[in-house]
Amino acid sequence: MSVLVDEKTRVIVQGLTGREGSFHAQQMIEYGTKVVGGVTPGKGGTKHLGVPVFDTVAQAAAKTKANASVIFVPPPFAADAILEAVDAKLPLVVCITEGIPTLDMVRVAAALKDSATRLIGPNCPGIISPGRCKIGIMPGRIHKKGNVGLVSRSGTLTYEAVHQLTQLGIGQSTCIGIGGDPIIGTTFLDAIRMFNEDQGTSAIVMIGEIGGNAEELASAYIKKHVRKPVVGFVAGQTAPPGRRMGHAGAIISGGQGTAADKYRAMKAAGIHTVQSPAEIGETMARVLKKGGAKKAKKRR
Amino acid sequence: MKIHEYQAKTILAKFGVSVPRGEVVFKKEDAEGVARKLGTPVTVVKAQIHAGGRGKGGGVKLARSPEQAGELAGQILGMKLVTPQTGAEGRLVRRLLIEEGLDIKRELYLSLLVDRAVAAPVFMASASGGMEIEEVAKEHPEAILRETISPATGLQSYQVRKLAFGLGLPAEMLKVAVPFFHSLYWAFLETDASLLEINPLVVTGDGRLVALDAKMNFDDNAIFRHSYLAELRDLDEETPSEVEASKFKLNYIQLDGNVACMVNGAGLAMATMDIIKLSGGSPANFLDVGGGASEEQVRNAFKILLGDPNVRAVFVNIFGGILRCDVLAGGVVKAARELGIGVPVVVRLEGTNVEAG
Repeated sequence: MSVLVDEKTRVIVQGLTGREGSFHAQQMIEYGTKVVGGVTPGKGGTKHLGVPVFDTVAQAAAKTKANASVIFVPPPFAADAILEAVDAKLPLVVCITEGIPTLDMVRVAAALKDSATRLIGPNCPGIISPGRCKIGIMPGRIHKKGNVGLVSRSGTLTYEAVHQLTQLGIGQSTCIGIGGDPIIGTTFLDAIRMFNEDQGTSAIVMIGEIGGNAEELASAYIKKHVRKPVVGFVAGQTAPPGRRMGHAGAIISGGQGTAADKYRAMKAAGIHTVQSPAEIGETMARVLKKGGAKKAKKRR
Repeated sequence: MKIHEYQAKTILAKFGVSVPRGEVVFKKEDAEGVARKLGTPVTVVKAQIHAGGRGKGGGVKLARSPEQAGELAGQILGMKLVTPQTGAEGRLVRRLLIEEGLDIKRELYLSLLVDRAVAAPVFMASASGGMEIEEVAKEHPEAILRETISPATGLQSYQVRKLAFGLGLPAEMLKVAVPFFHSLYWAFLETDASLLEINPLVVTGDGRLVALDAKMNFDDNAIFRHSYLAELRDLDEETPSEVEASKFKLNYIQLDGNVACMVNGAGLAMATMDIIKLSGGSPANFLDVGGGASEEQVRNAFKILLGDPNVRAVFVNIFGGILRCDVLAGGVVKAARELGIGVPVVVRLEGTNVEAG
């Protein structure tokens, strides 16, 4: 099983006819994702990559019965694209775009609150349930169908973890890239709650980074409600304060959001933490062999 | 993106925020004339650098005559100003702000920023102006007032009143405070600021609210829609290698270690720096070449890494997804041939086209 995306997911691509949209939509189609249409204002009525193109998300959703959208639209227009998908009441929207202004996302976050839409991202690689559905830019072939849920703020660091797991024969139920921005649609807590309730997920990998307090909030939830084993890593132990480390959300501000604080919270929650990303796979293997012992030894 | 105090005050003034009268000066000979024009008994000579703590470091001085303003300008311009935020090397002062002195009755603290936890702008205020807000937060967290602004309604006047009364401002000052806060909020939104800090916000003897200091940081993701901000950039305040990197659109931060790294993806780049530290080395930089890096960009990145005299080795860590390993490898080989790399380079490739790479 999986969370959020599976064989029943029908995806439209906002920005299908652009360079990024086109390339990745083709990859998604080759993976087996049901790409059912695209949206490019002004190109409605045409076909691209074998699927119909529409002028608006509302038209596309109505005609194709899509239940998800992926957005490959440049930063100045991406928030608008998200809002259009929310307006069309799509249950799932995945926004890949990096570079959306923060105040735009403040407005999007407000619009999402009372909507029917779950947003993943922005500034994320997307979401994949291996063997069932891939929405995004991750390389499909490194994934393997299985039972470990993965949630991460990163892109290539996530691929590293996935690659390690797959090499060890440990498959993944769903991998969710929640993105590197400070304001995102789906948090660690949201993802972990979903993995906790998914019968097809028996263990979780959590990959965080400096900035904000999302890992701490998720750790508090895990401590109280999650009995499945969790392996955790936080990138940026060596990051200097006050500098934006690539991701808009990766910044230690006013002493808050350090890797040390996050590791402390994770350890207190019984999460099996690793200091090096190279140990994620082997640690999960060890934990699963032990029969999925949930709590790592609590260190005070 | 950071700007100078005098630039922030110019922007705020455009939105109707009260700031002291003043003018920027680049040459010490101009200081006396500006002070004379301001005509106040006291003028303030303030070093303009992108770092706080200037007063403690001797970069802010009071002048009791235009001639003294000129003298102080001569002392401060060209000085290496050391503050807790500049590091021991300090920062060379190239610009000064000469400002009218004010009759200060009270000093308050006010800032506006986006709180990512609630995805909304938040006003933070405290009656302890002129102090480091982090110290106040540590010692007296209850002394910090907060008002979260709903994106749907914007800043409401009742919120300003809550803050104003919380700061102990008298009711007669509301007709000054309400427009002042609204102007700040408007400036913040219109310029896509990420931080607006007024420390201190002063109450003057004649009952005005004035931003005695102003710090504005802007969302790098939004500069594209504010070309006037891009013009305010002061390259002298940035590290030369980082300025160079930004020319090639490389995401690069210089650190002080000895193992340089080049990685695709910010999370993996941070994790790679962590691995270097765990292995006993020290990262010399953060560098995310991104998914779309060309051979050209890789070569330019190498040049910048090797330009750092502290670098004794380079670690290239790539997981090819969008970025193909053969493209990366081509860039590395090209750089090696062209630049003659004198330090060991360790390349680790995985992912798309790894065999070709």
